[in-house]
Amino acid sequence: MSSDEPRSPSSAPPPGPAASGPPSLLPRGPLLPRGQGAVVVTGACGRLGKRLVRVLHRGRKVIAVDRRPFPDRPKDVVHEQVDIRRKKLKDVFRSERIEAVVHLGVMHDPRASATEHHSWNVAGFQKLLEYVAHYRVPKLVVLSSANVYGPQPDNAQFLKEEAPLLGGARFSEIRDLVEVDMLAQGFTWKQAETETVILRPVHILGSVHNAASNFLRLKAIPTLLGFDPMIQLVHESDVVRAIECALGPSLRGIYNLAGPEPLPLSHVVKILGKPSVPVPYTLGRALMKRMWSFRLTTFPAPELDHIRFVCMVDDTRARRELGYQPGCTIEQTVRSVDVDL
Amino acid sequence: MSETSRSLARLGGRLRSFAPLAQRLLGSATSGIDAWMTGKLGEEFNARLSRVPMNLTTTGVDPFGLDPQWTKYALASVAFLHRHYFRTEVTGAENVPKGRVLLVANHSGQIPIDGALIGASLFMDVEPPRFMRAMVEKWTQTLPFVSLLFSRVGQVVGVPENALRLLESEEALLVFPEGARGISKPFEKRYQLCEFGLGFMRLALETNTPIVPVSVVGGEEQYVSLGNSDAIAKLLRMPSFPILPQLLLPFGALPLPTRYRITFGEPMHFEGDPDEDDAVIEEKVYVVKATVQAMVNRGLKARKSVFF
Repeated sequence: MSSDEPRSPSSAPPPGPAASGPPSLLPRGPLLPRGQGAVVVTGACGRLGKRLVRVLHRGRKVIAVDRRPFPDRPKDVVHEQVDIRRKKLKDVFRSERIEAVVHLGVMHDPRASATEHHSWNVAGFQKLLEYVAHYRVPKLVVLSSANVYGPQPDNAQFLKEEAPLLGGARFSEIRDLVEVDMLAQGFTWKQAETETVILRPVHILGSVHNAASNFLRLKAIPTLLGFDPMIQLVHESDVVRAIECALGPSLRGIYNLAGPEPLPLSHVVKILGKPSVPVPYTLGRALMKRMWSFRLTTFPAPELDHIRFVCMVDDTRARRELGYQPGCTIEQTVRSVDVDL
Repeated sequence: MSETSRSLARLGGRLRSFAPLAQRLLGSATSGIDAWMTGKLGEEFNARLSRVPMNLTTTGVDPFGLDPQWTKYALASVAFLHRHYFRTEVTGAENVPKGRVLLVANHSGQIPIDGALIGASLFMDVEPPRFMRAMVEKWTQTLPFVSLLFSRVGQVVGVPENALRLLESEEALLVFPEGARGISKPFEKRYQLCEFGLGFMRLALETNTPIVPVSVVGGEEQYVSLGNSDAIAKLLRMPSFPILPQLLLPFGALPLPTRYRITFGEPMHFEGDPDEDDAVIEEKVYVVKATVQAMVNRGLKARKSVFF
């Protein structure tokens, strides 16, 4: 790795205020051995974050960063209750040796205002990147999503990591998630000494409260008449496993994460044993728009495309390079939305 | 949210009370169709079905969404047309190799019956029986039911990545390099191949896939087209609008029961760099096009009658 060599004079200093700030107090060197530095987990108080923290704290020192409370955290986990946009976040980096940052703190709430969304997801993430660059954190793992590719009628059945991120084309609210992914990609080039890993999992199921899980938790599952796309689902514990893999030494790059085998939406409904209600697309879309404006649903109408077109990924790279392998079967993955709520 | 969900659940519950009746009807219908299928197509049909090489996942479909159950019924209806309506004559079935193969055929007939019949021959006449994969237009994915059917019977969206993946998993892929131009030829241009696209050759070179040229004779006479009306096509946003006088006759919407003659040629192997200049690829494509044209001409000369 290049991190063993002395810093070449040509490598540009990190941009922004970090460049004019004082030089880092920490000696730079290779990735700290396991257990020496701390792992910062942003968005740690979400369902996925809690799960990750519980797994990571067994072997490493974990600092959970989230503005929400974390009442049932493990004793040895430090919780910094800060907003990632605040200056206070810098103290976390200043006072500890950080060996890795795992960024889960992406806001998905479709009801939050566009400004709040943007400032949290983009401005907050930029702040985080600044600190990672300034304090020369050797590892950054960003949890993006396969939704950045977007469901499109002309999608290849299995999208590779190089596929264009068109998620915002039909669904503008997802644009800042695409932007986060792009920022992380740019960071990979700008800050070569930090190993940046971008994970793009497909729909995560489990105790999480994301759109896909909430959708499958409905008592009757609406489908679109005449559409039954193939979908990929991944269990939250498999995502946690992938993040663990990504924390390993000398891994960097973009990795798609698919779960077990893909299956048609109708098979998912069959596994759950729930009734499905097929609705014609035009009617469904009009209804969803109305219901959305009356706050009767948490699903914005463009999300209907997810049950209309394919948005599947090829995760050969993650399986080969990260050694990632989903541990849950497709049945377990699907059923997980209804257990341990 | 919960309100709507509850009303949906109620609706679902009401639907479910009809379910046993519907299920029994469906059950008897499928068993009836199964019996009819075996009667018309012979026991052999079911036996062949079990010998098709497939890469199914644990959920019973292949990664592209092909469902053997759906494909069975789709094939049965096409096989009926193949055997009894168009009385297809297949020659050279032994030329189709076992593993990955790219079938390159001439396109004809205003609606793509030729593709379906080649699919039926691959299943009915080739050993071992194969499920044919083909590429469909992107806009079909926006059509309800059509997109569903295509996906379940193994037809994939026409992008190079999909073709690559199918060939890498040793499937038989059918392409019509003439594209939509080929299918809507007017009657006086029948059996004159249009310009071939180059994509299939790059694909074959990249995946080292043998190309089997296929000629289809009989398709051009099923609908007699006097020409294409570009104005109406534009108005209806269709790729072309053929003028078919036979549509005015009773049952004219049905294709004429011409006899189809499908010939599989000997596999052709090409070598070279898939990213070569168009000019170099064109030469190779020209060889394939000339072969298909020659096979078509031979087939035309050999046939005594359009209908028998």
